[in-house]
Amino acid sequence: MKQKELLVAAIENGTVIDHIPSDKVFQVMSLLNLDNVRSAVTIGYNLKSRAMGTKSIIKIADKFFTDSELAQLAVICQNLTLCIIRDYEIVEKRRIALPEELVGIIRCPNSKCITNNEPMRTRFRVTGQKLTCQYCNNDVELDKVKLL
Amino acid sequence: MENRSLVTIAEHSREKLEHLIQMASEFEKFPNRKLLDGRVVATLFFEPSTRTRLSFETAASRLGARVIGFADPKVTSGTKGETLKDTIMMVSNYADIIVMRHYLEGAARYASEVSPVPIINAGDGANQHPSQTMLDLYSIWKTQGTLDNLQIYLVGDLKYGRTVHSLLTAMRHFHPTFHFIAPQELAMPETWKQYCRDNNIDFVEHQDFNEDTIAGADILYMTRVQKERFADISEYERVKDRYLLKLDMLAKAKENMKILHPLPRVNEIEYSIDDEPHAYYFEQARNGLFAREALICDALGITLDDIRNDKTIIL
Repeated sequence: MKQKELLVAAIENGTVIDHIPSDKVFQVMSLLNLDNVRSAVTIGYNLKSRAMGTKSIIKIADKFFTDSELAQLAVICQNLTLCIIRDYEIVEKRRIALPEELVGIIRCPNSKCITNNEPMRTRFRVTGQKLTCQYCNNDVELDKVKLL
Repeated sequence: MENRSLVTIAEHSREKLEHLIQMASEFEKFPNRKLLDGRVVATLFFEPSTRTRLSFETAASRLGARVIGFADPKVTSGTKGETLKDTIMMVSNYADIIVMRHYLEGAARYASEVSPVPIINAGDGANQHPSQTMLDLYSIWKTQGTLDNLQIYLVGDLKYGRTVHSLLTAMRHFHPTFHFIAPQELAMPETWKQYCRDNNIDFVEHQDFNEDTIAGADILYMTRVQKERFADISEYERVKDRYLLKLDMLAKAKENMKILHPLPRVNEIEYSIDDEPHAYYFEQARNGLFAREALICDALGITLDDIRNDKTIIL
């Protein structure tokens, strides 16, 4: 904890996303559109982690995300931790879990699915590691999904 | 308003299926009525299917509705780039209900979400074809007197055949035993076998297709083995006649056994079987009319009581 504080500065208000596998950190940044964020973004990359070997952490000052923005992250890595910081205190800490339904986040792998042929949002029901398209009923494994 | 669209048969309970069968049975007694006098039924066939379209249009006409629509997608604005949503929104201004066939999977679900009038799915790609399943159920019920505890043999293309998968789904309420007979390339997929296990549906897989294998059948459901499903044409040539039902194979069949086929038939049932009391595929197609009369009425909120007390019957 002490070491982490040294490596990545604390923020007064904002969001911390922790336990990011280091090979996913750029994908997380891209999904959260961090290149368009004007406030301070601090990235700890390849930090030592007892549980994960190495991990990465992103702190975004003065920025809070919607559930659907966070759900996208759960699709690409399942054990992220979300901390909401207010006045230097953690006011909320939880694992970013997959919602029961993913709306407008991933692409259906079936080229004959209506969602790939109409300007509309995709809808997938989540059962464990399996996602089922609510339109064409095709299944896709979580580790093989493509984001929209 | 409650969405009365019919997208998939999987959403129907046992009670609902039995209710629809009762409705179909009333329509079989008196198919010609004025129940839908003044109503407009649209049939939008984004993919040609003459058999299904004629059946739906006949059902609507015999109930007194007027029918609008198209049979050939080339004449629609879809070819100009109009979205499905826009076509549905436009037609729903004119019609009380839309019967839709589409080449894309999930098209009916989407249409039912955007449409202010009920949608009946008349087939969406390889996905669902609930009116076929409804007429299959009605045919099974009519010939066996029940849907419970039947021995149902599925023969032919069990991999791509959506009718057999929908039948599994619908029959899960009635404790059937299914028997799967198919070439290896077209065997029942593991996901569907798992579906059977999850829903307590007993099933047996057979390698052979002969008079002994089918001796215990109440229903023999034949499907077409299509050449284009095989990667290796020589494999098709090798198996195609093995799943041909021949007259002499009926020697040990149970008296109540009926042969069903969604049609069109190509090389699955010997023509000499057509005159046998076991042959039921043409009556099955006829049952489609009564099943579709029931589905159209149900989607429009017309109840079994309305149909039983109907004063518009044309004798």
